[in-house]
Amino acid sequence: MYQYNDFDAAFVAERNAQFRAQVERRISGALTEDEFKPLRLMNGLYLQLHAYMLRVAIPYGTLNGAQMRQLAMIAETFDKGYGHFTTRQNIQYNWPKLKDVPDILDRLAEVEMHALQTSGNTIRNVTADHFAGAAADEVEDPRPTAELLRQWSTDHPEFQFLPRKFKLAVTGSAADRAVIRAHDIGIQIVEKDGEIGYKIIVGGGLGRTPMIGKTLAEFLPKADLLPFVEATVNVWNRLGRRDNKYKSRIKITVHEHGIDDIRARVLTRFEQIKPTFKGVDRDLFAQIQQNFDAPAYRNAPVDAHTAMRLANPAYASWSDTNITAHKNDSYAIVSISLKKHGATPGDASADQMRVMAELAETYGHDELRISHEQNVILPHVHQSDLPAIYAALREADLATANIGLISDIIACPGMDYCALATARSIPVAQEIAERFDELKLEHEIGALKIKISGCINACGHHHVGHIGILGLDRAGVENYQITLGGDGSEDAAIGERAGPGFSAEALVPAIERIIETYLDVRSEKAETFLQTYRRVGMGPFKAALYPDSKASAA
Amino acid sequence: MTVIVTDSGFAADDWNGGFCTLDSLPANDCAGVDLPSDAEPEDLRARLDGLSLIRVDFPSFADGRGFSIAAELRRMGYKGRLRAKGHVISDQYAMARRVGFDEVEIDDALAARQPEAEWLFRANWTKHDYQARLRG
Ligand code: SF4
Repeated sequence: MYQYNDFDAAFVAERNAQFRAQVERRISGALTEDEFKPLRLMNGLYLQLHAYMLRVAIPYGTLNGAQMRQLAMIAETFDKGYGHFTTRQNIQYNWPKLKDVPDILDRLAEVEMHALQTSGNTIRNVTADHFAGAAADEVEDPRPTAELLRQWSTDHPEFQFLPRKFKLAVTGSAADRAVIRAHDIGIQIVEKDGEIGYKIIVGGGLGRTPMIGKTLAEFLPKADLLPFVEATVNVWNRLGRRDNKYKSRIKITVHEHGIDDIRARVLTRFEQIKPTFKGVDRDLFAQIQQNFDAPAYRNAPVDAHTAMRLANPAYASWSDTNITAHKNDSYAIVSISLKKHGATPGDASADQMRVMAELAETYGHDELRISHEQNVILPHVHQSDLPAIYAALREADLATANIGLISDIIACPGMDYCALATARSIPVAQEIAERFDELKLEHEIGALKIKISGCINACGHHHVGHIGILGLDRAGVENYQITLGGDGSEDAAIGERAGPGFSAEALVPAIERIIETYLDVRSEKAETFLQTYRRVGMGPFKAALYPDSKASAA
Repeated sequence: MTVIVTDSGFAADDWNGGFCTLDSLPANDCAGVDLPSDAEPEDLRARLDGLSLIRVDFPSFADGRGFSIAAELRRMGYKGRLRAKGHVISDQYAMARRVGFDEVEIDDALAARQPEAEWLFRANWTKHDYQARLRG
């Protein structure tokens, strides 16, 4: 894992000292809320419906046991005993007091963490594949690249007042687990003729105008990364619209000017910027990379796992869904579900955080990951330790066997916390999960991603949900629109709207009709919901969702 | 009246050369030019040698285009004085200096709300600078 050098530590300490002074000025009244706002946003502090909310970065989703324990301590000391993991690999505290925030930031700095650039119109926390460093299909670990980008974007003087926020995601595999095509810039590490480089995708994004990113560079030599990304952000900073915040993201700039025009501008700018990088960034990259060496894998038999699978059906079911192949044959990647049926997706209590920290320390080479799907990952577990991990997770109410299934729902905070929400999303996720748990259909249905947003801003990624749900407000009443066929993977697609929305009461039955239709028309059990949808199209689902309008639709 | 902010604090404007707009530049022999925040620095490339002061407008502190304009002018080799003018707040002083501005021009009202001490607080802008580390 990356470890702060003296420079990083001094930087964060300096920023925290500045913010402490700003908070004091705010509390004393020397700063108005208007003046304080841009300053608090630079430090991840939002003003929400009921209270301040602090968003802490977990760069590229990687943390160790000590960091997780500190997050637990903060939840307990300064909040209500829990935290919420988000779709951008951050953790949010929903109830901190303003006067405590400087102390919280100092506690974070003790374990080399911060809340910098988790909000505001700047380059946000750089995210990465949550299986980075462990995935069997990886060309290269994306985290050193993400860390280099973190350092480059931190406090970048040109890019603190951009037209809007700007999000970067990096993956090292062809199978896209980081949704790079829905980011302002998505970066895929690729190999061409034995050389490693980057494929650069630009202009993806969700929100009210969802777009799939377009290829800006098919193969960029590694050494050109920072000048190329800087050129891209520079072009957008100058060109991006500032007259309308819904048209300000780079996806709109790319759409309005066309990808070829943008590419030409970026290349011109790149030639000017490249000489300002003299190669020191490459040395730094090499140093960063050493921080991410693979752990010292253990060589031991894996019989305990195999035997337990035969002996315990619940364990077998958990290991079917929550375990992914590791690049080392004796190892496994464990996904810990934060989606217990009926719980708030992404929430973890302080006790649960400590359990996960301890498991990482005892069995997981002291590594944890947060996934954009709001679960926690133990990336390096020897298979013989899986039964012990399962037992500990059960004890902590963390052994839900539903990764990738219908109840593994992404839901944004919605009306329960978010000031912008037009509808609830957490309760909807809870109802759907409980209903399908009750029906005992979850495993029969198989791979299915439901994603829910509480307003058009789409923080719940509903556009790329196989089933997407968008909560709107229709004359004071919640109304939920359903989209089908969305996909956040390397075959990224924006879901298609099924038709008129549903009331809160009618929504779960509508989802049930979609699922019944799928089970009915799939060619075989192995054909997933998404594959079936791609084969048969919207027709059968529409007919099931809107039986009364069948005649007119025909 | 306006105040000029530099690393040593507040001072009166010592520039007597006047300012032309971008449009009036070709017809006149100006040493100073005013650039709006939507200007294209490329348009100035052929004239940089004849200029002693370029002043870039910040209509709002949230409009960060001026930071990129300054960076581009410096990359084009402009060595003269570079000034940010308008709604720049003290917390942006370090950014302005790092992208290549020499000074910031603010009006008296802003100078009263954000007194000299707040600007001097960020006069240490060469410290803790990731860009300096990455570029060498
Ligand atoms: S999608 Fe809307 S309701 Fe949900 S978190 Fe984002 S802004 Fe808030």
